[in-house]
Amino acid sequence: MYAQMVDTGQSRLPEPAELSADERAFQARIDADVKIEPRDDMPEAYRRTLIRQIQQHAHSEVVGMLPEGNWITRAPSLQRKATLMAKVQDEAGHGLYLYCAAETLGTSRDRMIDDLHAGRVRYSSIFNYPTLTWADIGTIGWLVDGAAIMNQIPLCRCSFGPYARAMIRVCKEESFHQRQGFDILMTLCRGTAEQKAMAQDALDRWWWPSLMMFGPPDAESVHSAQSARWKIKLLSNDELRQRYVDQTVPQAEYLGLAIPDPKLAWNGERGHYDFGEIDWREFHEVLKGNGPCNHDRIATRIKAWEDGAWVREAAVAHAAKRAARELEAA
Amino acid sequence: MTGTGLPPASADALLFDYLLRLADSDIVLAQRLGEWVGKGPVLEEDIAQTNVGLDLLGQGRLWLAYAGEVEARYATRGRDENELAYFRDGSEYRNLLLVEQPNGSYADTLVRQFLYDAWHLRMLDALARSRDERIAAIAAKASKEVRYHVERSSGWVVRLGDGTDESHVRMQRALDALWMYTGELFAADASDDALVAAGIAADVTALREPWRQAVGDVLAEATLAMPSDGWMQGVHGRGGRQGVHSEHLGQLLAVMQSLPRAMPDARW
Repeated sequence: MYAQMVDTGQSRLPEPAELSADERAFQARIDADVKIEPRDDMPEAYRRTLIRQIQQHAHSEVVGMLPEGNWITRAPSLQRKATLMAKVQDEAGHGLYLYCAAETLGTSRDRMIDDLHAGRVRYSSIFNYPTLTWADIGTIGWLVDGAAIMNQIPLCRCSFGPYARAMIRVCKEESFHQRQGFDILMTLCRGTAEQKAMAQDALDRWWWPSLMMFGPPDAESVHSAQSARWKIKLLSNDELRQRYVDQTVPQAEYLGLAIPDPKLAWNGERGHYDFGEIDWREFHEVLKGNGPCNHDRIATRIKAWEDGAWVREAAVAHAAKRAARELEAA
Repeated sequence: MTGTGLPPASADALLFDYLLRLADSDIVLAQRLGEWVGKGPVLEEDIAQTNVGLDLLGQGRLWLAYAGEVEARYATRGRDENELAYFRDGSEYRNLLLVEQPNGSYADTLVRQFLYDAWHLRMLDALARSRDERIAAIAAKASKEVRYHVERSSGWVVRLGDGTDESHVRMQRALDALWMYTGELFAADASDDALVAAGIAADVTALREPWRQAVGDVLAEATLAMPSDGWMQGVHGRGGRQGVHSEHLGQLLAVMQSLPRAMPDARW
């Protein structure tokens, strides 16, 4: 759900008879749980879909640095400042290996960044919400990283080797981040009344957007079936969302915070929590660019990229000069 | 603390102040580098520069922890790292003027870093020989990290100085603008002198020539001209190390300290 609504280029799932011999052979390898590696033959649609999915994920990591980076200068203790800096740095690292994983499929980082800046490729809707208080940093760790782990653990088993391997490392770091986020909230919830109110306010604002991270309901998820067949999506949006709610509600109770959903209730028959209707209109508006921070996030990324252009150009120019000098000396 | 010829309480007060001088430059520069996170020119650099910031923050915390222990020896109680970082005003901060200068462009940030790193490494190597064992141990640990900082910032100064015409001009301008803050790196005051005499502090005046040599070598490779020494800021006993700062520090601290000061009873 760092990658939402990934376009597979197909509006319906093809019947087996419609597949070419190559496509059938490819599907047979997937069905046999053979990992696909960059040099292997693969259908063009699989390649294109993965490029979109992995780069959405990479962009989410990089754009996701901004809402949390917003509090590095204001972290309320030196320990928290160090932890937050290290966390945001980890996200840069995740972005880096995800860009590299996507590059193995025949695209380039520059092209992907260009796609992001031009609005041709999305990043997760969640990063278009603002971080207004310190409690938001704890809440992002707890809920957003929690939701990310929920989605990414199955991806460790996905069919594309480089992506699956990147996910293993990313998940290890994300679970560390989630614990740090929860620890921030524990401290706030056991602190002054003002701190506890800050934590509740953050949960009130982040709860519904965190549920939206898993993407639209399965019934409206037009591309999911193909992605599932290719094993680049292993569990459906609704399944993941339910697991997330089931896992998170007891954590909120432990913190003594109230989840802002009057319909939230344990359903003994289903063995799951029931929860209220998500405002999908808001989700689609945020994806369209109308969230509270869409404009700021992209403007900040574009400015950083443009401000850094002379640095990148100079580094390339210097490397060329050095290579020429070495050639001359040889 | 012995060797200063001062009564123990005064000597500890002097040492406390000296430790703040070491801590605050690290903390303030780490805060500046924190402003860059997520906005670097390329992802690899974002990661590398954040590493430097994290190292400096860690070193600053070690100096602050020791400062608090020393303070407890002569005051009613010693403050912890967060009290010292978040509840001192600008005039109580003891950092160098160089590190509080704004980030500016990447050229300004890198030149500031390079000038500081080249000094910092020599400073730590000298402090690793301090008669104060705690100072010597912290300096020895920090020096290993700072050796990498020097390598990184020197590499970038060369790359950008000898890169494109534009990068060369930007780097030379940054160097010219920041040079007036380098005098303070080597300006000792009476309290430095007392601690140097006791074998505790580093003699910064002795670091000047080795620093000039090292900086000069990198600048030459970068095809940048070393500025001539004109009027220097913060010397003659009225600089950052004495608590007389530029306007920039107040803004930096206002941001950094806002939350703990708004809720002084809270723990974080």
